[in-house]
Amino acid sequence: MTALLTTLILLGITIAIWQMVKIFDLTQTNRDTSQVANDKDNSINGYLMLGFLGFIYLITIISFALWGDLPLVSNSASEHGPEIDRLMIISMAVIFVVQTITQFLLHYFAYKYKGEKGKKALFYADNDKLEFIWTIIPVIVLAGLIMYGLFTWNDIMIIDEEEDPLVIELYAQQFNWKARYAGQDNVLGEANVRLINLDNANILGLDESDPNAQDDIITTELHLPVGRPILFKMRSQDVLHSAYMPHFRAQMNCVPGMITQFAFTPTITTEEMRLNPEIYDKVSNINKIRNKKSKKLQAKGEEPLDRYEFDYLLLCNKICGKSHYNMQMKIIVETQDDYNSWLKEQRLFKNSLVQN
Amino acid sequence: MSAHAEIHTHEDDHGHHHKETFVTKYIFSQDHKMIAKQYLITGLIMGIIGILMSLLMRMQIAWPEEPNVIFKALLGKWAEGGVMDADIYLALVTIHGTIMVFFVLTAGLSGTFSNLLIPLQIGARDMASGFLNMVSYWLFFLSSVLMVCSFFVEAGPAAAGWTIYPPLSALPMAQGGSGAGMTLWLVSMAIFIASSLLGSLNYVVTVINLRTKGMSMTRLPLTIWAFFITAVIGIISFPVLLSAALLLIMDRSFGTSFFLSDIFIQGEVLHYQGGSPVLFEHLFWFLGHPEVYIVLLPALGITSEVIATNARKPIFGYRAMVASIIAIAFLSTIVWGHHMFISGMNPFLGSVFTFTTLLIAIPSAVKAFNYITTLWKGNLQLNPAMLFSIGLVSTFITGGLTGIILGDSALDINVHDTYFVVAHFHLVMGISALYGLFAGVYHWFPKMFGRMLNKNLGYVHFWVTAVCAYGVFFPMHFIGMAGLPRRYYTNSNFPLFDDTQDVQVLITVFALVAGLVQLVFLYNFVHSMFYGKKTEQNPWRSNTLEWTAPVEHMHGNWPGKIPHVHRWAYDYSKPGHDDDFVPQNIPLKKGEEELQH
Repeated sequence: MTALLTTLILLGITIAIWQMVKIFDLTQTNRDTSQVANDKDNSINGYLMLGFLGFIYLITIISFALWGDLPLVSNSASEHGPEIDRLMIISMAVIFVVQTITQFLLHYFAYKYKGEKGKKALFYADNDKLEFIWTIIPVIVLAGLIMYGLFTWNDIMIIDEEEDPLVIELYAQQFNWKARYAGQDNVLGEANVRLINLDNANILGLDESDPNAQDDIITTELHLPVGRPILFKMRSQDVLHSAYMPHFRAQMNCVPGMITQFAFTPTITTEEMRLNPEIYDKVSNINKIRNKKSKKLQAKGEEPLDRYEFDYLLLCNKICGKSHYNMQMKIIVETQDDYNSWLKEQRLFKNSLVQN
Repeated sequence: MSAHAEIHTHEDDHGHHHKETFVTKYIFSQDHKMIAKQYLITGLIMGIIGILMSLLMRMQIAWPEEPNVIFKALLGKWAEGGVMDADIYLALVTIHGTIMVFFVLTAGLSGTFSNLLIPLQIGARDMASGFLNMVSYWLFFLSSVLMVCSFFVEAGPAAAGWTIYPPLSALPMAQGGSGAGMTLWLVSMAIFIASSLLGSLNYVVTVINLRTKGMSMTRLPLTIWAFFITAVIGIISFPVLLSAALLLIMDRSFGTSFFLSDIFIQGEVLHYQGGSPVLFEHLFWFLGHPEVYIVLLPALGITSEVIATNARKPIFGYRAMVASIIAIAFLSTIVWGHHMFISGMNPFLGSVFTFTTLLIAIPSAVKAFNYITTLWKGNLQLNPAMLFSIGLVSTFITGGLTGIILGDSALDINVHDTYFVVAHFHLVMGISALYGLFAGVYHWFPKMFGRMLNKNLGYVHFWVTAVCAYGVFFPMHFIGMAGLPRRYYTNSNFPLFDDTQDVQVLITVFALVAGLVQLVFLYNFVHSMFYGKKTEQNPWRSNTLEWTAPVEHMHGNWPGKIPHVHRWAYDYSKPGHDDDFVPQNIPLKKGEEELQH
């Protein structure tokens, strides 16, 4: 019944707008029947163009003022993070300058040269010098950005095995993440989804006869020691997923049938990050928003929201099915000592198997 | 060249010997003008559906907790109690993308205006093959029907994103929509590709062979250059998507392993071995990226024509414009990997694709600067079509510039698949191409229907749409830069993003207003079709040949002989002429020089 009513209301609104437009239309056509812009139209729309330029600038300013803290450009928590942030800021500065100037020229010309009867436009069809200038300037700017970008990219993607990175596997499945630590030997045991045996809790398909697999550790939280390079090996058992760790400026797809990899060095522990003034402010702002929502919920007799505390997150960032929107894992960066004692509490793979 | 062309163009009109029935005139018509109208109206209907879906998505994102009666009314069993199902959200994402990219902005835009303008602007009686043209439209119609039908499938329509990456799209157990819904999607797209290829071949052959006497390639209006090059890109890249779709059908239905390997799902190991989803990504984006330009180039072509006509000035840098269209077309086929920086492909490949991708900014910048210079010292007639064209240049710049960030592999690591991407591509190809479509409709409506659209309604339509387009997509960059991934059914499971929710609401409000104001356009369109003011033959005082044809449509376009061409299309405000326009069919005056280009 409500469905029918809603449809009728929507239909009603549509008809109402239709009729209003019709009335508007009828009142207009009496005065001017040409339907080609005349001087008055040119003048009004010329000024509107100028106004629109103001609107573009205004929305830019408002956006930066209200939402310009840009967590993706500040407070990175990995060694390569500041490099990406710097490149991002340079690119944004270039964009900002070009955007401000070109939008000005476009809309200002649209206003300045609005048509008048009897005026004649300048017959100006070509200028090779100008074309050369605005070909060569982008070439130079882009060459700079490309060079900078490629150096940064190579720096991030070329993994130096000599640094002795800590090897961790990220394992994706609909709709959760698992982490597998390589254990004492820092070598992950062989694995394939064909070896998965849910009966004895071999959930990641490790080769039970592989000596390297015995000391592997499977967890549902990702703990990372600060300051140590970490090499992530990624697998997926079903569909594409993407391991997205925005605070560390890290992302790589998890692809069934292949092992992908990404490496970074975390530089700031979770505890330190929580004390960062900007993050602190962000969190208290979020909690204010949540409190407001909680009050509304409680008024309706529902459970209030939990208080938010900052944590690094691993999110799924490749559409993977129904619960894609809730596929996450907590990341905890801690000191080497804390990490060691946490790891000691976890069960080794060989001990986690269920004996039938 | 011209002598050769003459043989094919049927100098003498023998169009009106055929007696036409209702069916051959309005339904199975082989006349390019009627087919153009069919494309336009089908495209608009698909556009309404596509936009409606986006509004449903926006309402879900803005108010995820509250039951919504509109959902209940429109989505039925997929919104029990007014709460949208998470699977149907992804289906809306998928079908909205597919419909807008392929059915509205490829077929609706390119299909309409290539069909309408190619024969009329090059001086031909019709397309090279009227029959293939008709088949092309009806295949498009069939594929549209199939795509819409997928909403009536028991388990829901395809929901793996418009990119339909396997294994998600290949395995019915991975997602409801990957069953019959995905089959319909694939069949619909295969038919669509056939339609698109027939159309493209026809456009290319027509432009090469059927130009009237004097219409050398360097005298072609930029619209025709754009449609021509677009058709060439389509012929090169669409077959690759067809092969990807066919291989995916094989994987889904016949147990092959082109894209699948080592899969364990819902408690069992599947037999697939040795395939790679990354291969699919390569095949998909080999079309997927050129597709952006298949959508965009016709819009830019239309803009070139509309801006020159309404500025009463020659388009600035004709040669540079043609060169940049060709450069964009060439580069567009070697940049697809920038969608795959973090797909697991070799990082070295990422470097190569960063390089080629950022190169494409150069011809794009040239085009933008040329448009701006065309306005300089013009006598701008700010008709609705002109406003949409200027709006296009504006969104093309705003959206295009962020491509510098996304095309840079190092930066893409962090903004890949966030709202930043959504903002970028909607501005640079979605809104821009849509503006191109609107500009084309406002400009050539008189040519199509013999009547004028109401200009005041056009102004309301443009200004509200323009403000809303920025209102929707500009702030979206910022929630993207806060790290918010796209395609999330709700963000309420991430307190981290709670402070972006007010932006989401703002965006949705702008989107709803933008959606409503399209009704003004629809009213204008339908009403003017029947009751609009009758048009003069050349209402915009334009130079191109279509305005030398009579207002009343006739088979063969011109009574008597086809006009010959003596000059390029952009002699606006040329010194030495009384009028501020000189149509292409007017011979050069004694002593008058044609511009060297």
